[in-house]
Amino acid sequence: MRRTLTVVVAWVAAVVLTGCGTTASEPPAQKSLILATTTSTQDSGLLDELLPAFTRDSGWQVKTLAVGSGQAIELGRRGEADVLLVHSPAAETEFVAEGTAGARRLVMHNDFVLVGPKEDPADIKNANAAEALKKIAAAEAVFVSRGDESGTHAKEKGLWPKAGVTPGGSWYQSTGQGMGETLRVASEKAGYTLSDRATYLAQRGTLSLEVLSEGDPGLLNVYHVIEMTKKAGDLVQPDGAKAFADWIVAPPAQRLIGEFGRAKFGQPLFTPDAGKDESTLGQ
Amino acid sequence: MDVLFNGLVDAVRLLLTGDQDSWSITALTLRVSLTATAIALLVGLPLGATVALARFPGRRLALAAVNTGMGMPPVVVGLFVTVLLWRSGPVGGLGLLYTPTAMIIAQSAIATPIVIALVAAALQQVDPDFRVQMQALGATPIRAFAALLGEARLPLLAAAMAAFGAVVSEVGAAQMVGGNLAGQTRVLTTAAVLATSRGQFSLAIAFGLILLLIAFCVNLSLTLIQQRQTVPR
Repeated sequence: MRRTLTVVVAWVAAVVLTGCGTTASEPPAQKSLILATTTSTQDSGLLDELLPAFTRDSGWQVKTLAVGSGQAIELGRRGEADVLLVHSPAAETEFVAEGTAGARRLVMHNDFVLVGPKEDPADIKNANAAEALKKIAAAEAVFVSRGDESGTHAKEKGLWPKAGVTPGGSWYQSTGQGMGETLRVASEKAGYTLSDRATYLAQRGTLSLEVLSEGDPGLLNVYHVIEMTKKAGDLVQPDGAKAFADWIVAPPAQRLIGEFGRAKFGQPLFTPDAGKDESTLGQ
Repeated sequence: MDVLFNGLVDAVRLLLTGDQDSWSITALTLRVSLTATAIALLVGLPLGATVALARFPGRRLALAAVNTGMGMPPVVVGLFVTVLLWRSGPVGGLGLLYTPTAMIIAQSAIATPIVIALVAAALQQVDPDFRVQMQALGATPIRAFAALLGEARLPLLAAAMAAFGAVVSEVGAAQMVGGNLAGQTRVLTTAAVLATSRGQFSLAIAFGLILLLIAFCVNLSLTLIQQRQTVPR
């Protein structure tokens, strides 16, 4: 009986010591910043390419929170993130106007595409975005919405009024999840959805979805980097935010963005845009 | 179905080829979950014993509360810990959010009620005469308590296993307080979720299988300890 106790105590002690030992052997705390960004930059694999280069160049470790643009902006507003990389322009301008954010700069763009099953039951192929949505609603074909206040969801919500449709009913389904999961649901349900091109291309191999409507100027997907300031919270690190924002709009990072995906998908997933005038994009 | 098979192949490949990322994810999973289980045992054992053996007002209420705690959703615990650790929260200045420490805190909070409730149940089922006997034999309270723990060792180790199983398999709290940061707070469950959302199903299955494997190893060692002394003396 004593032995049982000894064994148990030894086990617990061993675990505690292992835990402490590992903690102690960690590298000394480095300066690290929190980047709140969208699921599309993570699910497409872009961040895996960019962040190690940034850490190497600047010495800043990056903690990435890949959430919807809505949540990313909220984290910025509360001072829980130092810098944002988001794609929800209308919400961003509103947010910057509140005064807690610092500089907001154009980084890159790609575009949204309407994807759906090959059979295309609502016959939206080659229709523009508004027409396509009108047809989907008329056919009551399944449409899978992100429903998570992300940039993609904001874009989708902005498109329905242009189609003159208030979506609802059993054909309009909302996942509340990221782009990867939402594409998967659409694929399984043979439904339509709006996706950024990067995430779609990165996952195309595992989906039975095709691009059916694209190229509409209204489907542009523009990413900005927003620096947060001390006004959002005492612990915000404006120097880290500036380091990241300066780095991502500088030529080396812009080159990485322009090259990303070219080898694997035969086409770049994002177009670098730093320094351009936003109104000229997509022309 | 070939996804499952490829997942199996991937799991074996990742483990055998010493894939750096997978190993560090596995090591972090073990470190976080074992530490959280150990903390839960250190906190839960005395509390469980108190609830089981002491007589105090509100004791049944406390028992009901810890029993409810056993079913506490990890996401709720995660949200709670996140809000506490936020920069704007009470201990935000420590910068603990999105670190393994934050994950250990959250997982300890998940595991502790499990340990308390199972320890309480284990000690209550020991024959009440046993304690009386020990006292009659002149044992000091500490020795009597140690003897009691020995008597209840089977369910006590079961409590450890239940606690470990709960934390090593949860994803909600780990994701929320850890943030699933590559190389920093990515554990097997959050890695599997990420791989799924990236459409890398075989990799996700591989992570799942590795998780099962380490859970089995931990439980096997606990079971060996548990069963070794059960042969009649």
